[in-house]
Amino acid sequence: MGLHLLTVCYLFGSVTFIVGLKMLASPASARKGNIIAAVGMAVAILATIFLYRNSETGLHLHNYAWIFGGLLIGGIVGTLSAKKVKMTSMPEMVSLFNGMGGACAALISLVEFNHLSKELKEGTLEISAVQPTVLIIVLGLIIGSISFAGSMVAWGKLNGRVKDFSFPGQNILNLAFLAIALGLGVYLIIDPAQTFILYGILALSLVYGVLFVMPIGGADMPVVISLLNSFTGVAAACGGFLYDNKVMLTGGILVGAAGTLLTVLMCKAMNRSLLNVLVGSFGGSNKTGAAGENTNQVAYKEISISDGAMVMNYATKVMIVPGYGLAVAQAQHICHELEKILEEKGVEVKYAIHPVAGRMPGHMNVLLAEADVSYDKLLEMETANDEFKTTDVVLILGANDVVNPAAKNDPASPIYGMPILEVEQAKTVIVNKRSMKPGYAGIENALFFQPKTAMLFGDAKKVLQQICAELKTI
Amino acid sequence: MDSILSFISANQQIIYIVILMVFVGIEVIGRVPSVLHTPLMSGANAIHGVVVIGAIIVMGKAETDNYLALTLGFFAVVLGTINVVGGFVVTDRMLEMFKKKKA
Repeated sequence: MGLHLLTVCYLFGSVTFIVGLKMLASPASARKGNIIAAVGMAVAILATIFLYRNSETGLHLHNYAWIFGGLLIGGIVGTLSAKKVKMTSMPEMVSLFNGMGGACAALISLVEFNHLSKELKEGTLEISAVQPTVLIIVLGLIIGSISFAGSMVAWGKLNGRVKDFSFPGQNILNLAFLAIALGLGVYLIIDPAQTFILYGILALSLVYGVLFVMPIGGADMPVVISLLNSFTGVAAACGGFLYDNKVMLTGGILVGAAGTLLTVLMCKAMNRSLLNVLVGSFGGSNKTGAAGENTNQVAYKEISISDGAMVMNYATKVMIVPGYGLAVAQAQHICHELEKILEEKGVEVKYAIHPVAGRMPGHMNVLLAEADVSYDKLLEMETANDEFKTTDVVLILGANDVVNPAAKNDPASPIYGMPILEVEQAKTVIVNKRSMKPGYAGIENALFFQPKTAMLFGDAKKVLQQICAELKTI
Repeated sequence: MDSILSFISANQQIIYIVILMVFVGIEVIGRVPSVLHTPLMSGANAIHGVVVIGAIIVMGKAETDNYLALTLGFFAVVLGTINVVGGFVVTDRMLEMFKKKKA
């Protein structure tokens, strides 16, 4: 009875994952989809605790105190950190959670192998009988550890604790590490008695995970996180193989496949291939040269706060282009206030959202939604590009690469071919940045040197506050 | 050769699941607007937290005197739960904001 009920619960869980993911892909049903998947997960977890029986001994699970202790601690930590995190640091949080999942998968492999090698020593199991299991354990360990180490580095990079780091021949060294880890894995499958090799594989996979993410620029982190996300999915599926557990298998493979597709979609939004993201170490300093130098000498023009406020005051249509600078400065609320002040003065205000503005696709929408900016004011890239012609002032808040005309007209540029917001079609462009430093792609932006462009340096939040104050006096 | 074939037929159920799930996973998010990329990634992130079930099984099977297994298993349960709970809560927070605008 219990085991049949467990099967039904797992079936229910698997279906909710599929339905939930499907609903997550459309704006109207997304939230419900998330809750449905969460309910399915809760049912599957509770069913495992109370109904699972060991297939060999037929016994129920024990160590309930440990299990509930773990669930309780994990639940509290997870909820608190998820509730407390600022909207701007969402990407880091997702990366961190992903790392936890990867670590969980790796730990499972370690314990299971430990269990297995004990039985091998006692002679209760034949080597040939455990080889498929060892294969799954090794795969779970390698993928889980890479995902864990990589996610931690990605997390560190997004919050600025870890800097880009690369050296010549790094890609080859990385591949060598991976190859050795895989080779050791094969050796372990052939001779599972060599327990210590497992720890060698663990160490190599962790090192590989770190080195793999290290050289990739911060702008590409979302793609990397999405890729590692699908890795963890596959690692979870390995667990499903191990225990012949269908809900782990379906959930894991589902995320593995969906995550891979999502990764590809993200790359497409930037008009780059996955390989280019992973191997190109885009954003490294060595590419700054060529594209930048010819524009370096040209002077740019600065504009004062009061002039900027004046220009916007007398415009009929203002388009705001938010970017990562807005996110760092937490300027979304004051940005919404500026929008309200301008609208009171009869100025039409809209937002032009580039699909990869900020640190993650959709990042800007989340942020502006937090500040109560109305949904229909957010224009997608194609619509926005049609409207720039009739726009008087474009106010760029900490965006750079997504408005760089080099993507359109400089084939030598590393971002050539990426669709951009064509802000130079508007009458005036005001660019708020903290300094002239290039954006994540590490290249100069010719837009800043155009005659119709004016620079307004400073922290996005402070600048917007001053502009708002200024506008109120006009 | 023979052993490979027998492995496949012994595990055909699992292999079917894997293949079908790959297609389902791809099909399900085939046409997702870029606005939803971040929440979708976060939601998928929570779903692979299903790995915590494996951790629970490890934990529940461990002998009460095997402290290595207990400790590692305990950490696995904690980390897996953080992944699941945190993942769903963060996704809900993101989506809550989208919802409010629609009303």
